[in-house]
Amino acid sequence: MLIGHQPKPFLLAVEALTVSFDGFKAVNNLSFYVEENEIRVIIGPNGAGKTTVLDLICGKTKATSGSIQFRGKELTKLKENQIVQTGVGRKFQTPSVFEDLTVFENLEISYPRGRTVFGSLVFQRDDAVKQRIEEVAEMIFLKDRLDTYADQLSHGQKQWLEIGMLLIQDPELLMLDEPVAGMSVSERAKTAELLNRIIKDRSVLVIEHDMKFVEDIAHKVTVLHQGQILSEGTMEKVKNDPRVIEVYLGH
Amino acid sequence: MIINSRFFNRSELIGFVALGLILFVILPLSLDVFRLNLVAKYLTYAFVAIGLVLCWGYGGILSLGQGVFFGLGGYCMAMFLKLEASSVENTKIQSTPGIPDFMDWNQITALPLFWQPFHSLTFTVLAIILVPGLFALIIGTAMFKRRVGGTYFAIITQAVAAILTILIVGQQGYTGGINGMTDLRTLKGWDIRPDHAKVVLYFFEVFLLFGCILIAQFIRLTKLGRILVAMREQEDRVRFSGYSVANFKIFAFCMAAIFAAIGGAMFALNVGFMSPSFVGIVPSIEMVIYTAVGGRTSIFGAVWGALLVNFAKTGLSESFPQLWLFGLGALFIAVVLAFPNGLSGIWADHVQSRIDRLVSSIKKKSGDWTSNSVADGAPAE
Amino acid sequence: MFGDYSIGDLGSIFVMQGFAGLILFSVYVLMALGLAIIFGQMGVINMAHGEFMILGAYVTWMTSNLFQSYLPGLFSGYFFLAMMLAFLASGALGMLVEWVLIRHLYKRPLDTLLATWGLSLILQQAYRSVFGAREVGVELPQWMLGSLKVTDSIEVPINGIFVMGLTVSITCAVAYVIYKSRWGRQVRAVVQNRIMAGAVGINTEKVDRYTYGLGCGIAGIAGSAFTMIGSTGPTSGQLYIVDTFLVVVFGGAASLLGTIASAFSISQTQSTLEFFMSGSMAKVLTLLAVVGILMLRPQGLFSLKVRK
Repeated sequence: MLIGHQPKPFLLAVEALTVSFDGFKAVNNLSFYVEENEIRVIIGPNGAGKTTVLDLICGKTKATSGSIQFRGKELTKLKENQIVQTGVGRKFQTPSVFEDLTVFENLEISYPRGRTVFGSLVFQRDDAVKQRIEEVAEMIFLKDRLDTYADQLSHGQKQWLEIGMLLIQDPELLMLDEPVAGMSVSERAKTAELLNRIIKDRSVLVIEHDMKFVEDIAHKVTVLHQGQILSEGTMEKVKNDPRVIEVYLGH
Repeated sequence: MIINSRFFNRSELIGFVALGLILFVILPLSLDVFRLNLVAKYLTYAFVAIGLVLCWGYGGILSLGQGVFFGLGGYCMAMFLKLEASSVENTKIQSTPGIPDFMDWNQITALPLFWQPFHSLTFTVLAIILVPGLFALIIGTAMFKRRVGGTYFAIITQAVAAILTILIVGQQGYTGGINGMTDLRTLKGWDIRPDHAKVVLYFFEVFLLFGCILIAQFIRLTKLGRILVAMREQEDRVRFSGYSVANFKIFAFCMAAIFAAIGGAMFALNVGFMSPSFVGIVPSIEMVIYTAVGGRTSIFGAVWGALLVNFAKTGLSESFPQLWLFGLGALFIAVVLAFPNGLSGIWADHVQSRIDRLVSSIKKKSGDWTSNSVADGAPAE
Repeated sequence: MFGDYSIGDLGSIFVMQGFAGLILFSVYVLMALGLAIIFGQMGVINMAHGEFMILGAYVTWMTSNLFQSYLPGLFSGYFFLAMMLAFLASGALGMLVEWVLIRHLYKRPLDTLLATWGLSLILQQAYRSVFGAREVGVELPQWMLGSLKVTDSIEVPINGIFVMGLTVSITCAVAYVIYKSRWGRQVRAVVQNRIMAGAVGINTEKVDRYTYGLGCGIAGIAGSAFTMIGSTGPTSGQLYIVDTFLVVVFGGAASLLGTIASAFSISQTQSTLEFFMSGSMAKVLTLLAVVGILMLRPQGLFSLKVRK
């Protein structure tokens, strides 16, 4: 496990985090730290609590005890939308885009302006907005589909759109839950390329099962097992950890 | 009034102009005052239905308690009119002159405190908007901040409708009880009962209705309108895009409440009375069916739904009273099973598409993507 | 409001009103049990539940009439047959409705609300056409009339005790079916994961249909019990539907125990308050309290904390 306190402040500090669902501790006394511009991958067998950790950070699930500090702010006390506004973005496992809206409108909703009721009433679709949306649309390979309703997109395109929606939020911490799951081989390659481009200049927390993909992008890997950290470090170190091999890679 | 291509797309513009022609010109010219007054009565429900388009069609929040807000608006108006009709002179045969007749019948000897401000028309007009608006704000805040939604919200609003009805009926000394407030006569000395007054009130109501249509259309076209649609589908994604979902729901619910209240106030003016039979569970759910029949995401559809269902109701229950409930029941089922997009869906699928094909074969359509996506942005019909 | 009564009087009042509340409790529990199965297990909002109850009441009324005309000797036992017939009639109608209507709407819970409301209007009008608009009352057999004197100031009616006993046994039977029988396991499996349940060989359509039928059938039994405490008219069921939904929601939709506890607390509150103020104010206060508590605790009284 990583050493507790270092002079440099962490971007994200999770300490003694515990959540229990009706007695079952899905996450148990978990602590880990993410640095600026670090790309951290969380792996672990099914039911290890990976998605729950992301749920806890982004506020979808309330922690039973423990703390999550993001840039010194305590996230466990904030609401989901406030957490987003402090700079944490989250992509869900199944693509969640707005199917009754066009690609353009999907991206527009994520544009970080006019987020109050009044603000959204007076929100103007000005050049800055359009330009930014086109820019992002190009990045996510959907530039010529801006007018398409999202329900017409393929599974992979929806995943890209959701990533694009996060990009437009411009979060300092980006959390991705299995970004390449369910994609075809070519879509997977394109996504890896896309991710490699967008993870620059920000910290990223990724859950992924695809080991090839993990090796490509991870600075550091955290292995979860039964809600606790089993091992942490570089991919090389984790791969050779006998406990990890036993519960996970060895299967 | 500025109507340009950004505010209405072509088919909406046609809908707007057609509705304006029918309500402002054709119906007043072709109907006698009795029938016109009937239309005015039906149109009061159109206000409620438009509110439901925003709240239910766009926001996905099904309220089964719109009768509450319709009633609050209606009762506010009726209280003012009742006070004016209960002048000392008009009520000198009562044991306490100067208070409404039903109070006198219930041995109340002084005007209750909460009735006092309704001597003022300004206060009444404000109350028509603010009382239901604040009530919706309280319910909405309590429910949506705690993430009560969907079916639970529907059931609780229904319970609120039940509570208010029982309360109005039970407190007859203060509310007129089951009979409601009847015998409303004048508005600032102007008699609302003769034919020419009915015509004036009709035009005033249609004017207000178009105001509400424009407000609803404005909201629909702002980013807020798109957030409502987004929320209906993927509430969590909206939340994780940095929006407070609860606040947007509260806004939609309050707007729907205010629209309903305006409708209620117009009801009291046009029909000349207000009673708890427009407040409870049954009228509230019937208001939902107007929106459903019109097409739950269509503002114009809501107006048509309110008009057509009520015409059918009057027609059927006059000639075949036992058939009406069968018809209404079947309408509920049909509109859910077979026509989830209601009249506007049928129009868009069968009529509009034919017109479009005809038009596009004549002239080729042009336009860049931005103006298109503004005009056709949210699923209009 | 307690000022005018002595402690002893108050004790008797609470016991008597409490018992009156228990009969209301029985009808609530029986109504809510069916609704809890349909809403809690299937997510369907059955606004026509009151009409299924009334069907049971009409079946009971018809059975009692038949016995009176043709089998007067067996009249004292007609109620048991009537109850079974009520269960079968409401259950069969429920299965038909599921097949025609509900199965198309499992993904749209709010729309089931509208569609079943339409159904309830049709059923009400059908009852009016068949049985007439007037309310009908069922004649109780001799042994159910009268009351037991517990102490000098406390008397409890026998039919009330009978309805209570009935409620308890039906509740136990339902609990057994849902939690212990093979069929109950299938129902719960379908609720938790429809696709998976289908994949392991459960006929999910059949399970849905029988679950819905069971819920409606229990409403039919509730209708039988209802005839003992009120008269039956085409719209009698509608008066109970919102109360019953509140009972279910208040108890925590998926919890059988919660449904019983909430039916108990709501009916007791209402009948105790009724002694001190008008019935309508008692109802208003009860409903307000329920709505208020639901705002504070939207998940209901009993519910599990689970990852969503």
